[in-house]
Amino acid sequence: MTLTNKLVLCGLLIGMAAYSTPNNSHADESAQVVKITASKFHFTPDHITLVKGQPVILQLSSTDRAHGFLIRALKIDADIKPGTVTHITVTPTTAGTFKAICDHYCGLGHSGMKMTVVVQDVTAKASSEHVLTASNTISK
Amino acid sequence: MKDQIARRSFLKIAGMSLGIGVVYEFAPFLANRLEAGAITDFFKKANGEAPASFTFAQFSDPHVGFQGPPDPLGTKAFETAVELINQNAQHPDFVLFTGDLTHDAENRDAHAQRMQLFKSIAGRINTSALHTVPGENDAALDGGVLYREHFGETYYSFDHKGVHFVALDNVSRGRPEVGADQLAWLKADIGRFPKTAPIVIFTHRPLFDLKPEWEWFTADGDVVMNVLAPYENVTVLYGHIHRHHFRQTGRVKHYAARSLIFAFNDPATNEDKKQLPFNKDDPFKELGIRRVTSERDGVALRVNDVVLTKAEFSGLSGIQQMLKGNNSIGGGSSNDTD
Repeated sequence: MTLTNKLVLCGLLIGMAAYSTPNNSHADESAQVVKITASKFHFTPDHITLVKGQPVILQLSSTDRAHGFLIRALKIDADIKPGTVTHITVTPTTAGTFKAICDHYCGLGHSGMKMTVVVQDVTAKASSEHVLTASNTISK
Repeated sequence: MKDQIARRSFLKIAGMSLGIGVVYEFAPFLANRLEAGAITDFFKKANGEAPASFTFAQFSDPHVGFQGPPDPLGTKAFETAVELINQNAQHPDFVLFTGDLTHDAENRDAHAQRMQLFKSIAGRINTSALHTVPGENDAALDGGVLYREHFGETYYSFDHKGVHFVALDNVSRGRPEVGADQLAWLKADIGRFPKTAPIVIFTHRPLFDLKPEWEWFTADGDVVMNVLAPYENVTVLYGHIHRHHFRQTGRVKHYAARSLIFAFNDPATNEDKKQLPFNKDDPFKELGIRRVTSERDGVALRVNDVVLTKAEFSGLSGIQQMLKGNNSIGGGSSNDTD
């Protein structure tokens, strides 16, 4: 394994941790918990917003059958099994809008089972607002 | 885009291919090369076959049982492709089907009937053998149980006239993945061959991250590619994406086939995956002919896609017109190279 690969792997381990427990769990209580429920063929809610650099626990459950929760770009890949709550601790490091999909084939509506995950860069936003304010001030 | 082929490449893709199925022609043009002798000896010892020219066809994604919209024609494109192949004087040695032979049905009996209908239509092809791999519609919901009852194992390999063919299953585990057991099998299977042996992998999903958010990927595709990396002449034929696409990763060339039911939109320019709407005045939109022409020295090949012109629902007259080379210019393709 190259040094680069080791660093990437280390980064992934730091950036995301997943575990499953029956029904409830004891997760990192300092992190915000976002509950996501999977059912054929949708996620509820279908849109969440996270903050770059801020840890969050995604609490995933299914009402019917096995589903998946995949955001390839963020290296998030979890199984959601009925009767089990899957917890993923995520610290998003990339701002942007991402699609999470179910990657466990679950029937004829499977390809439409997705949700939107927005990762906001609060620091950049604040900086941008500051610049905008300054610019406005100048233009006045 | 011009696709480069290594000068020492054994496996030459030439002749024509069809948008509603693909015809590949293989020519043993290593005859004057040093490794040709070793390859010939290897296959003669392995199965008694020496490398020889041959043709095979690839059909993909007929989705038997699908009812429109967007395509109200059901199995018409599939049946038309079968007629087309049968009318060609040179019958393919065999036909590969790269998945989604049937459209999924949650009722087991209904799904079984679709598999029987698929076999009935495919059985009309004038060829010696049909080789299939499952798509997620065929095998993902029940782990491939029904598929195996109708078609046999979901992964296997065979040799044909000096080319080693490998059927890979990246659907029946429910997720888009090959899995550890099959990876171990693949490594052992191709481990028997010289690194210069021509190998064709046929599978359903792309083995690279083409568009993961559309589920156009295989989760452990990179591991498959690592297994294949030492081999110099590997071609991957796949379906699933319902449109033409070419990509080269390292020395491996990946070709996607169009479907026999409807096309998807372009992943490069669209955020969401959508089936292209059916147009009665242009019923074979995004179906057409792909001609793959080998240039004189065999170093490069040229890929021309031809979109069919207006045709009746049967489409046969339009396709025949294209095959004769009339009005057959145009069409785009989606190619890229890593």
